[in-house]
Amino acid sequence: MKYFKLLISLALTVAIFYGLNTKFGNIPPLGKFLNPYSGIWQNETDETLTGELIIPGLEAEVTVHYDKQLIPHVFAQNEHDLYKAQGYLTAKHRLWQLEFQTFAAAGRLSEIVGAAALDYDRTERRRGMGFGADQAIAYMEKHDTQTLGYVQDYADGVNAYIEQLDPEDYPVEYKLLDYAPETWSPKKTALLLMYMTKMLAGGDDDLEYTNALRMIGKENFGLLFPDFYDITDPVIPKETDWSFIDVPQTEAPQYEAVLDTIQETIQKPNPDNGSNNWAVSGAKSATGNPILANDPHLALNLPSIWFVMQLSTPDHSAFGATIPGVLAVISGFNQHIAWGETNATRDVIDWYKIEFNEDRSKYRHDGQWKDVKVRVEKIEVNGGETYIDSVLYTHHGPVVYDKNFKANNERSGYAMRWIGHDGGNNQRTFIELNRAKNYDEYVSALQYWNAPAQNFVFASTEGDIALWIQGKFANKWEGQGKFLMDGSKAENDWQSFIPQRFNAHTKNPERGFVSSANQHPVDENYPYYVFNDGYETYRNRVINDFFNSKETFSVEDFKMLHNNNYNLKAQELVPYMLAQMDASALTQEERAVYEEVKAWQFNNDIDEVGPSIWRQWYGRLYNMLWDEFRVENTALRAPYTYQTIYLLKHHGDHEFMDILETEDKTETAKDLFLSAFKAAVANLIEIKEKEGDYTWANYKGTYAGHLLQALPAFSRFDIPIGGDRNIVNATSENHGPSWRMIVEMTDPPTALAIYPGGQSGNPGSKYYDNFIDTWAAGEYHKLNFLQSNEATDEIMGTQILKPAGND
Amino acid sequence: MTKKTTNFILTIVLAAILALFLPWWSVMVAAFLSAVFIPLKKASVFFIPFLAILAYWIVYCFVLSSANDFTLAKKISELLKVGGNPYLLILITGIIGGLAAGIASIFGKQVAGFAKKE
Repeated sequence: MKYFKLLISLALTVAIFYGLNTKFGNIPPLGKFLNPYSGIWQNETDETLTGELIIPGLEAEVTVHYDKQLIPHVFAQNEHDLYKAQGYLTAKHRLWQLEFQTFAAAGRLSEIVGAAALDYDRTERRRGMGFGADQAIAYMEKHDTQTLGYVQDYADGVNAYIEQLDPEDYPVEYKLLDYAPETWSPKKTALLLMYMTKMLAGGDDDLEYTNALRMIGKENFGLLFPDFYDITDPVIPKETDWSFIDVPQTEAPQYEAVLDTIQETIQKPNPDNGSNNWAVSGAKSATGNPILANDPHLALNLPSIWFVMQLSTPDHSAFGATIPGVLAVISGFNQHIAWGETNATRDVIDWYKIEFNEDRSKYRHDGQWKDVKVRVEKIEVNGGETYIDSVLYTHHGPVVYDKNFKANNERSGYAMRWIGHDGGNNQRTFIELNRAKNYDEYVSALQYWNAPAQNFVFASTEGDIALWIQGKFANKWEGQGKFLMDGSKAENDWQSFIPQRFNAHTKNPERGFVSSANQHPVDENYPYYVFNDGYETYRNRVINDFFNSKETFSVEDFKMLHNNNYNLKAQELVPYMLAQMDASALTQEERAVYEEVKAWQFNNDIDEVGPSIWRQWYGRLYNMLWDEFRVENTALRAPYTYQTIYLLKHHGDHEFMDILETEDKTETAKDLFLSAFKAAVANLIEIKEKEGDYTWANYKGTYAGHLLQALPAFSRFDIPIGGDRNIVNATSENHGPSWRMIVEMTDPPTALAIYPGGQSGNPGSKYYDNFIDTWAAGEYHKLNFLQSNEATDEIMGTQILKPAGND
Repeated sequence: MTKKTTNFILTIVLAAILALFLPWWSVMVAAFLSAVFIPLKKASVFFIPFLAILAYWIVYCFVLSSANDFTLAKKISELLKVGGNPYLLILITGIIGGLAAGIASIFGKQVAGFAKKE
């Protein structure tokens, strides 16, 4: 009996220990997670902003002043210490995010969350994310050890922080998922830069276009997907003189697209990833100082992608938004210049059909059999076996699709040629921009930037404004890379690159302003091949119309423009639909909605119902119109919005207007307007019954989701903000202006900024999401640009980072 | 002092000391040891260390969390689907610690009894 009792109590003890120390599915190990010594209660703290901290490897003391927004103002004696401090402070406030994003970049999420992420991880590996990061490190090792040295400094700073941590100090997400941070390395910075490249230049529709070309023929394809729309309001003004370009476009060979049927393609980045930026010259500014603005549109996440810092040495002082994992300020200003970026989408991904030999060790190219290289990707899986994926590489790049992944032919595959694999030196561009003093130094900084191509806007206290479209672009022959190409023919390879000095740019244009909003970079007169890559056609026109509307502009005008909710897209179609549609066929309920949308002035403000009606109406219409593009087992993309609206208005009886399902009837645009409207109203009534009303704020329900699949407890929902995609205030459900900045080039510059998040990555901190309401209200914080290492009354606390062993 | 009070206090003191060296299951070791040194009878074997750790953890969590307006506790309470109520989360935390301690104490009592017998 004694033995029995002893054994039972022992078993119980072991069971309770195991039960509370182990993670079960989504439930964290409760003993570890909830105990007051090392569990989440230790994260229930505010930030410590005073005192001294020892950081091994520092050459001299670094002072960090925190202002009331928890923005660190860092004063270092040299750049090595500066980037060490940046790494340290970023880790201090954003460690989990910092690391998690590089796991996502590298295709290592299965290591944390298990087999559910395996398909994602395989996609990232096959996309060559790690391969690209390796190329970037190899480039720096060979050509730019100085930049690599700074990247190492940043790594040392991150690691100095990690090494000081005990398990109770780990950010709460580590406790929730039951793992620990690992050592940071320069490769992680390279991976993060690849992540940005993927996010902004990792999408293309070549394979979808190939399917479409096969299905609808060349003529229809040209009508649905034209290289240029009937209107263009490009980034670089139309009147730009290109006569200085003396390297011609590559001559086109005899060429035929490979018209394969592609069933499925890899996941693409969100097509809404984009941005606005603009600057007005002194002559066009109300104060005589140039003014610059930037607002990158990205997924609205918590912790936010941005972390604001002032980074100073005795030689320079930069201030603005940084990205955890990347050195220096990304979008910001220093004492002399201001800069910001928007995405300059170009087709920098092409696809080649590869023909293999029998054992897939060689592939055919230029009349020879060339060796295939194999990159073995080992994907560790939490709670499962390591998955090994051997990815074949050709000189084009990785064979993403083959018999092992989303395709089934033994002897062929599709290889990806992506500029992201070319080993750029993007980090150097930011480091140099941070210390640039004038236009020439800005241009010089840009030359290292390969991808993702960006529209770099610029303004200086000297009075210059400019915009360069910077990236490394293949000098393509007419039509190259729009569709799947035969990878065995050498003439289909990228032959050369557009010399960097011939990248489209404009300095102090006559119109007195520069702007970009992801629209067409240039018009047809630019001497290189550029085709429509899903370019924006609405925000750019609203912005440019605004700057053409009067003589001078102030910071107040800039704020208004950031928050502009004008829906040009709806304005270009709704009146036409209302005029064309047979309203006599409407029921009473439909009639009421009809009157609502008729009264709408096309502003996507939060209390309007027009935007919700438009969304429903246009959404139904688009789906009805492009039913031809929903084909089973065929990857397709329907035409872009601008061309869709153009066709509805100018080709209303084209065969595509027909709804395939209704065999006895041939619909025209007019019929679609009515059917779509009726379907939209039915849905709106349903929403009204469920939610009370369909005002825009309610309908849209903007939210900032935590990086872990928008974990509700750590996210913010129902943020009252207007706007939508294709509107200057580009806020849709979970996407929008992730950073808004306005800089006036006074001496020193004065700046306003805001972002939908907060400086702290700790959900237990009041600084976790404290900017969101200010952001939603269209307001800004003044950035306190400290001119010397002295605390002002804006400063809440000062921390000294000290070298180790210096007493 | 009764044995119960002594066990209660000893459990908390040991738990506080052991927490300096051991992870969360230090409460189990503490309860085990106090059961060995100060054996109790019947239901008290479980309930005295249970209440000791429950009280200790509740006070500790409350002190930590109230200093920060229960900001994180509210969120974790939502995360674990206990209604977003921080006090409930504190109570649950206390019960978890108490349970672990109570069961370890039963084991301790058995070991003590067994050792005596030998």
